[in-house]
Parts: sequence; C-alpha cells; structure tokens
Amino acid sequence: MNTHALLVGLAAVLFCMGLAGVMIRRNVLAVIMSLEIMLNAVVLSFVTAATQSQTIEGAAMTLFIYVAATCEIALAMALVVLLVRRHGSLDVAAEQELKG
Amino acid sequence: MSTLALVPLLPLLGFLVNGIVGPRLPKAWVSFIGCALPALSFVLTAQLFFELRDGGEPLTTTLFTWAALPGFTVEAALYFDAVAAVMCGIVTGIGTLIHIYSIGYMHGDRSYARYFAYLNLFLFFMLLLVLGSNLLVMFVGWEGVGLASYLLIGFWFTDPVKTAAGIKAFVVNRVGDAGFLLAAFLLQWHAGTLDFQQINAFFAATPAAPAVMTAIGVLLLIGACGKSAQIPLHVWLPDAMAGPTPVSALIHAATMVTAGVYLLARMNGFFLQAPDALMVVTWVGAATAFFGATMGITQWNLKKVLAYSTMSQIGLMVMACGLGAFSAGLFHLYTHAFFKACLFLAAGAVLHALHGEEDMRNMGALARRLPFTFAVFLVATLALTGLPPFAGFFSKDEILWMAWAAPGGSPLLWAVASAASFMTAFYMFRAVFLTFLGGDRVAPDVARKLHAPSLTMTLVLAVLALDSIAAGWIGLPGSLREWLGTTAPFYAFVEPVTGHAALREGVSHSTEWLLMGVAVLLAVAGITLAWWVYGRAHRSALAQPRGGALRDWVANGYYVDALYERGVVGTLDGVSRTLLTRGIEPALAAISIALPARGAAALARSFARLQNGAVQAYVFYAAVALLVMLGWGVLRG
Repeated sequence: MNTHALLVGLAAVLFCMGLAGVMIRRNVLAVIMSLEIMLNAVVLSFVTAATQSQTIEGAAMTLFIYVAATCEIALAMALVVLLVRRHGSLDVAAEQELKG
Repeated sequence: MSTLALVPLLPLLGFLVNGIVGPRLPKAWVSFIGCALPALSFVLTAQLFFELRDGGEPLTTTLFTWAALPGFTVEAALYFDAVAAVMCGIVTGIGTLIHIYSIGYMHGDRSYARYFAYLNLFLFFMLLLVLGSNLLVMFVGWEGVGLASYLLIGFWFTDPVKTAAGIKAFVVNRVGDAGFLLAAFLLQWHAGTLDFQQINAFFAATPAAPAVMTAIGVLLLIGACGKSAQIPLHVWLPDAMAGPTPVSALIHAATMVTAGVYLLARMNGFFLQAPDALMVVTWVGAATAFFGATMGITQWNLKKVLAYSTMSQIGLMVMACGLGAFSAGLFHLYTHAFFKACLFLAAGAVLHALHGEEDMRNMGALARRLPFTFAVFLVATLALTGLPPFAGFFSKDEILWMAWAAPGGSPLLWAVASAASFMTAFYMFRAVFLTFLGGDRVAPDVARKLHAPSLTMTLVLAVLALDSIAAGWIGLPGSLREWLGTTAPFYAFVEPVTGHAALREGVSHSTEWLLMGVAVLLAVAGITLAWWVYGRAHRSALAQPRGGALRDWVANGYYVDALYERGVVGTLDGVSRTLLTRGIEPALAAISIALPARGAAALARSFARLQNGAVQAYVFYAAVALLVMLGWGVLRG
C-alpha cells in the first residue's frame, strides 16, 4: 500500500469523522470544529492528488479553500454569538424554530 | 410601415394613449388624440382610395405570418380593393365625424377618456374586419367589434339594465360567431384556404357539392345575422340602444351592424355558386326588412324606432346581396350610413337637449325650440323614406328594382320590400310628427333647461345632412342614368369586384320607371298616413294606442325575446340548476378537486415531518442525498 492511497484513505476517514461530528455533536463549537475537519480532509485529498500528479493546481486550490474557510469561520463565530445571546446556550438543538 | 397598415393602427394608438394615460390628461388633449388619429386614418384611406380609383391595383400588405403548418398557412395580411375601400371610407369618415360629435355630447361625462379609448378601439377592430385579407383576420376584427360594442353599450355600467343589454348583445353575437367559425372550418376543409380572393376563385372554378355549398352559405348567413341583427338573431339591437347615442350612430347604425352585409359582399364569388344559400339570404333579408318595419311602427322610444329602422334597412341590404346585387347592397349600405348616422345624431341632440328623455310621448313641437336639429332630422328622414333627390331614394330604388327584376326576384319579393318601405315612411314621419311637430308635451321643468346642440354637434349634423342629400348622386339607377346621360361612378368602382347583377328575361326599362313611380307614391302615402294619424294627435290619443292584442304582439317584438328567454335561457337554466348543479357537479368536484386535494395534503403532511427545524437533521438529509448520488454515479459508472 503506497503513501498516496494511505493519505486518500486518511482523508476519507477524516471526512467521515467530521460529518459524523456535524450530525451528532450538540455543542455548536464542536459542530464548527467538525466542519473544519471535513474541510481539512478535502484539503488533504487535494494536496495528495497534487503530489501524485506533480502539478500545482491542487496545491493552489488549498490556498483558496483556506481563504473560504477563514470567511466561514468569521461568519460562524458571529452565528455562535447570536445563538448564545438568544438562548444563553451553545446547544444547536435550542434553535429549532424553522419547522414545517 | 405601409400606409395601409397605418390605417387600422392609428386608432389603436389612440386607444392605447387614451386608455392608459387619458384620465390624467386634460380633456382637450383627450379630444384631440381621440379625433385626430381617426381623422388621419381617414386621410390615408382617401389617399389609398384615389390611388385605387385612378387605376391602381388592389393592395395587399402582409404584416407577419400568423401560422405556418403543412397545408395550412395564414398570413396576418390586409387587403384593400374597391369593396374594402368603400367600407373603409365609411368607417373612418363617419367614424371621425362621430368622434367630433362626441366631444359635445359627452363633455360632461366622468369617464370621458374611457369613452374615447373605447371608440378608438372600436375603429381599430372595425378596420381590421374590413381590411382583413382572409377570414381569420376578419374574425379577429369581428370579435373585436363585438367586444367594443359590449363595452360601449354597457358604458354607463352602474345601471344594471345597460350592462345587461351589453351582455345580451355579446351573447347573441356569439351564436352568429359560431356560424362564422363553422363556415370558416368548412371553407378551409374544402378550399384549403381562408383567403377571400382564393376562396372566391376556387369556388368559381370548382364548386363543391350543392349541399356543402348551401351549408357553408347558411353558416355564413348565420354569422352575418348575428352581427347585422337579422331575424332570428335580431333581439340584441333594440336593447343596444342603452349605450350613448353617438355609439348607437357609429356602431349600431353606420358601421358594425353592416359588417354582415360586408361579409356577404366579400364572399360574392362563393355565393354566386350557391343559389340555394342565396335564396335563404334573400328571404331572411326580406323578412327582417318587413318585420323590423312593423316593430318600428309600435315603438314610443325615439332611439328604438331608429334601431328597428336600421334592422329593416339592413334587411334590404341583405336581400340585395341574396339577389346577387352585391353592388346595390353596398350602395345602400353607403347611403344608409350617412342618413342613419345623421338621424341618430339628431336624435342624440334631442335627447341631450331634453336631458335624457327618450319617450316621444314626452316630446312634441320641438321644431320651434330646436329648429336646426329639426331641419337635419327631416332631411335625413326624407332620405330614409326614399324620396328623390335624397340619397336613400337611389339606393333603395335599386334594391326594389332588383327584388323585381333579378333572377331570384319576384313580384312577391318586391311587394314585401315595398311594404317595408311604405312602413318606413310611415314610422319615420310618425317619429317626426311626435317629436318635432304637434302638441307640446315636454315636461315644464325639462323645457326650461332645454338647450341647442353645441358647436361640434351642429357642425357634424350639418355635414351629415348634406351627405344625406347628395351621397346618392354617384349611383343613379340604370334607367335614370340613361335618361340623364350620366354615369354611376359608384357602380363603376365596385362592380369589378362584386360583379354586375344579372336581370331576368323580359324585364324592361318601362317597368323600372313604373316601379320607381310606385315607390315614390308609396313613400308619399306613408307620410300622409302618418300625418293623418299622428300629425293631429292629442295627448289622449297617445295614451290609448289602437290595435289591441295585435299591437301588443308587434310592440313586444312578436315575443321573440320572451321565447328566447323561456325556451333557450330557461331550458339551459333548468338543466344547469337540476342536472348539472345537483348531479354532475358534486361528483365531478369530488373526483377532480377533493380527491387530488386530499392526496396532496396527505403527501405534504408526511414531508412536513422531515422539516423539523433541527439543523443537524438537515445535514443528515444532505449527507444521505450525497451518498445516493455517489452510489448512483458508481453503479452507473
């Protein structure tokens, strides 16, 4: 088993862990951290692909993803602050008003 | 854009401007836009007319291809030949005059701009009807004038009687429209085209089976009956008098109601190959001329007298078409447009002066108070009565002559038409005596506020009265023409299109002179009788009309209205109430509405449970969807 396959497998595992965290964890900060794990799993697969094919695009994409991730975190923090203000808790389940 | 296309489009522009921004414009602007655009249309028509008269070819303008299917192509095209030119001139010319008259007549109305917008809309559709080069374009105009007529009859829509009259006109017209459409389908089926020129040429070369020809002819006649208020679809016209009087003059006397005659004349090449259908046309026209005149005798409402008179005169035109004398029918259409518009507008001046009083029993001796109106009304009445040298004499005489001398004519037909003319003289002078002469029966408070027509109204009346005198001189009857050594420019102009009516064997000029003399004598007799009965009438004589049950029968339009009300409307109403409302509708509603609605609601409830507001559940759905898509991609590979 070569390094690249190992790294892609690791990325898949990380992605699934992150997804599970997003779906299961109740603490909003934990959910956001899980989101970051998912993002990094994607980044890892990009970098792996870039090294394997000896091209620059994958590595370049990483930079874009980090820019997007930074913006996302800024927004997420604002959301967290709002959530705490409205409900006084970090529980995502507290915000369940949008239902059909 | 070609001149021909501009003719109908200018009034449409007027409709758009006045309809959209009219209520916010000053009244003078509305009047200007409303009158100037039709006037411009008239100028363009005149220009095209002169080009055509001086040897120009008939014009065709294709605006766009409306539909192009294999074996069925319809162009949205306009066609301008002699027949269309005559009609177009009448529509734009008299239309413009009536617009100008309306400035005075409607000056105090709240919906002044709406009125002018509708009137312009009417002109647009009427011109489309006249200029359409095929049945489909004509049908658009045909329906459009029906719409405009409906809007204008019910113009004062706060009065339920008036809106009901508008609806009645529209609904009765739909019956005729059905005939028109079926005829168009049959024509397309047999001739493979809807273009007038091609249809006429096709049937001239290869007539279909006689039964088919008769069927198409009768269906076209039904269409014409609806629009032209011929028996049995005449019931809407008297009620249509609920609209403003200039509207009655324009739509229900001069132009729209003659569309049926125009249709028959347009299809002349077809009709000449369908002798049985022509026979039906002849007798429907003759019957309408006769019964319309009898109903005219019994009316007290001034406008309704004129309405029945219109019906009767159009009956004569239809009869002329049925005899193959399309040019005579068109000539009467042309002279009738002038003097009937003049009569209606003069009646409008009377109504305006009397603040809406329409009952002739409350008029009388108005000649002294409204001398000018009396003069023009009298001139137009003489024209309608058919005394020489007024316009109506020449056109009506030609039709009466055809009723005797055409191959389809007979002494009986001539007698029916002459009886109608005699009654016309009688009821028109009855109206003159009751309205303008005799004893003064005007209510005192109305008499105090009585006023002469305004400047615009006076001008228009004067022009139309002059036309009522002179319009007939361009189409003198044959024997008169020979005697005077002149020509008949009208017939020379239209007969290349309509053809020249054939005569029976063995009729001579001396007979024509004799019949002409009889017609004049009958008119004079009618006038004298009217004077005898009504010229010396007192209030008491008017309160108790003679005639008893017969009179009631005629005055109520032979109870045709009641028959339709009970027979047709009542039956449909009964079926709707019992079978449809109680039987079919609940079942249909259960199957087609309640069932799908319940199903959709149940489905919606199950999906609503998914949308529970928990963000993480949504993430879960997204993840599942992603997995499904990935799985799908892998499996389809």
